[in-house]
Formats: sequence, C-alpha cells, structure tokens
Amino acid sequence: MIVVIDYNVGNVKSVCNAFRYIGCEAKLSCEPKTVEEASGIVLPGVAAFGYAVNALGSLAELIKEVALGGTPLLGICVGYQMLFETSSEYGRHNGLGLVSGSVVTIPPGRVVPHMGWNLVELPEDMDLFAGLGSEKHFYFAHSFYAEVADGQARVAFTDYGFYLPAAVQKANIYGTQFHPEKSGNTGLKVLQNFYDICKR
Amino acid sequence: MLTKRIIPCLDVKDNRVVKGVHFLNLRDAGDPVELGARYSDTGADELVFLDITATIHFRKTIVELVEKVAENVFIPFTVGGGIQTVEQIDELLRSGAEKVSVNTAAVENPNLLAEAAQRFGNQCVVLAIDARRSKERPGKWQVCVKAGSEPTDIDVVEWAVKSEELGAGEILLTSMDADGTKAGYDNELNKAVTDAVNIPVIASGGAGILEHLYDAIVDGGADAVLMASITHFGNYTIKQMKGYLRDRGIPVNL
Repeated sequence: MIVVIDYNVGNVKSVCNAFRYIGCEAKLSCEPKTVEEASGIVLPGVAAFGYAVNALGSLAELIKEVALGGTPLLGICVGYQMLFETSSEYGRHNGLGLVSGSVVTIPPGRVVPHMGWNLVELPEDMDLFAGLGSEKHFYFAHSFYAEVADGQARVAFTDYGFYLPAAVQKANIYGTQFHPEKSGNTGLKVLQNFYDICKR
Repeated sequence: MLTKRIIPCLDVKDNRVVKGVHFLNLRDAGDPVELGARYSDTGADELVFLDITATIHFRKTIVELVEKVAENVFIPFTVGGGIQTVEQIDELLRSGAEKVSVNTAAVENPNLLAEAAQRFGNQCVVLAIDARRSKERPGKWQVCVKAGSEPTDIDVVEWAVKSEELGAGEILLTSMDADGTKAGYDNELNKAVTDAVNIPVIASGGAGILEHLYDAIVDGGADAVLMASITHFGNYTIKQMKGYLRDRGIPVNL
C-alpha cells in the first residue's frame, strides 16, 4: 500500500487521483502505524517550505526513519525540497536531511517562479524514468530549487539558463521538483514507475 | 528551455462553460469537466476555470467543480472567481487545484497576496487583472473589479509591480477592450506589464487567429497565452496552435 502523507497542505488529492487513475489505490494518511507499514511513501507539497515543515511536525522523524529502513520514498515539489538539509524560503528552515544539499532561490536574470513545461534530460540509470526515453517535458512551478551536494545521489537536470536539478534518486529515496501528477501521461508513467518500485 | 504555454480558459456559470464578448452576451460552450478532460487529452499545457457567477459570494459549487475536474485532469489548473480568504484558497488547493487566482479581493485587501504566498508559496498565487484602457490617461490602463463591472483609479502596471512585491507568483492579464473580439491581444498592455515585472504573465483577451498567439509572445512578451472563443467553438485545435508556434521558432511542448 502506497501512503500519501496527509499533512494539511495543498495538492494531496491530485496525487491520490493520479495514482487511482493508474490503478493504484494510494491511501491518504498521517497515522504513524499506516506510515510504518507502507510499501511506499509519497510526500507531496504545495506550500511554502517553512509552513510545510511545521505542518509535518513529528511525522518528519518517522518518515526519515522509515525511509532509512528501506521503504521507497517519493518527494514531490516542496516534498522533494524537504528531502534536503536546509531551505532559505521565507527564513531559514531545516529539512529531513536525507539528501545532502540546500534549497535556495533561483538566480536572478530569469522569470521567477520557474513555471510551466520544461524539458528534462533523463539519465538511463534512474528507475523513476524507465521507459521514457532520453528527454521529456514536465510541469514545474517553483521559485526555489535544491542545490544537490550529495555524491551518492543521481540527478536529472533541466535547462533554465543554468542546470537546474529536476529530480534526484539516492538508493530508495526519490524526489521530483516537477509535478508528475500534473505532467499528463508522461507524469503518470513516472508514478507508475514508482508504484512498480514499491512492489519489488 | 521552458516552453510557452497554451491555456484554454473555461468561464463557468451555473455549471456550464460560457463565453461572451467584452464580458457580456454569454454563449454556452459545454460541460466544464468534459471540456477540461478533452483539453487535457489533446495537449493543453494548463487550464483556467473562472467561476464568473461567484464574485459576490464564494460558492460551494466551485469546490465541487474543482474536485470533479481534478479526478479527470492531470495537467495543472487554476481556479478563480469570488475567492476572498486564505481559507478558501486552502480549500481549493486541497480539492485539487494547482493554483488559485484572486482579483477583486486582492484589490480590496492586498495583504491577501502576502498571506497566501507565505502559506502556500507564491507559485500558486495568481493575480488576475481585468484591464481597461483609460480615457482620462492615454497610454495607461485602469484596473477593473467585480467581474469587470467596476473601474477603479488603480493603474494596471503599478498594481502588477506591487502585486509581485506582495507575493503574486503569476499575473493573468485580461484586456477588457479586446476580450472576445478575436481582433488580437492588447500587446501594448502586455508589453507594459511584462517589462515591469519578473513573474510570468499570461496574456488574455482577443485571440482570433494563430498569428495573435505569436504576437502576444513576441511583441507582448507573454509567457503564456490564454484563449476561449477560438478553441471552444472549434476554430483551432491545441495541436494546430502549437504546431504554428513551433514552426515560427517558439518553444512549445508538442
């Protein structure tokens, strides 16, 4: 059972709808026992980083523990950013620290938020992108991005006048800056891949 | 490279999609959920649903509509119309909307933009501006509120700049003069606003032929183009629009 973390911030429903559409009954929950028993965890997020971290509260430690125990974890957008160590969105905040790196503002000289469909180069060795070819468009909507500083993480990039990390994978920990649940059929395939990973 | 977005707009009144001229003389264009799913399937980059009946009172129907759309549409969509509080924004985001647009309420209470941005992030806060050419001040535009029915003294470009400072993450800029005319976007307006802000601007009002889309992007500097009449009534498919833009060198997701 894939569990989508329900921590009272936006967008959780869209993720569940997308999983349901591909034939996976994902459960929306914030119950510690349900999270512990999950075959995979999705940490969604439409929120400011600080608000999201506060809303997650004590669940943060549990998610971290379960992920370090080997359960596949997929962070989306702010949920992805929370995988890192720190963020500077509206003040300084600590994330889960599962992947080394920090969340910082997109450099000046371009329109911010980075909003819309951008082409992501898909590394062959990232399970999340299996069967999708070498590049695809995904939907982004964010003003901050993660500077990945983790030698063990594989990273997929998009071009926004600089190489912007669009997705990471570190062992069983996955994250996408873009919204797979809002990226049409391409995004649904990414969620299908995560579902397959959870069934292994 | 980030692509330019094609965004069909669904004006919803009493659970039907409608389209008028200069915000009046509404014509029925179908069921919002069906139309939304069809656009999602045929390559639209995003959708905008505006509840044009709701400006006076926030209605439960808008939440129910968002829930139904979200079950069937896997591209981002923005919802607007009558939204006044952070709690309402929260409810709509939780129901499946990616972004929420505010118009009248932000003019009356600009702090709403700041509150929403700090809680949800500015990427989901869209400021909708209904702009009309000013008779008193040539070369300027005035902000109109309450579904365009009430002009204010506020200058559109100044309001756009202020909204960015407050926390708007995107501007949906509708020319009331051009709306529904199919005579082309008001690209002087688009250029004035896109030159003044650093957030994405969606050009709206006036699309009639494919060249208008190109002009809004190139002459108006728009990051996205919104249209209703020319797509709801079958003049052009999304694919035709994107094919045209691609052939003229505009990056699109096709």
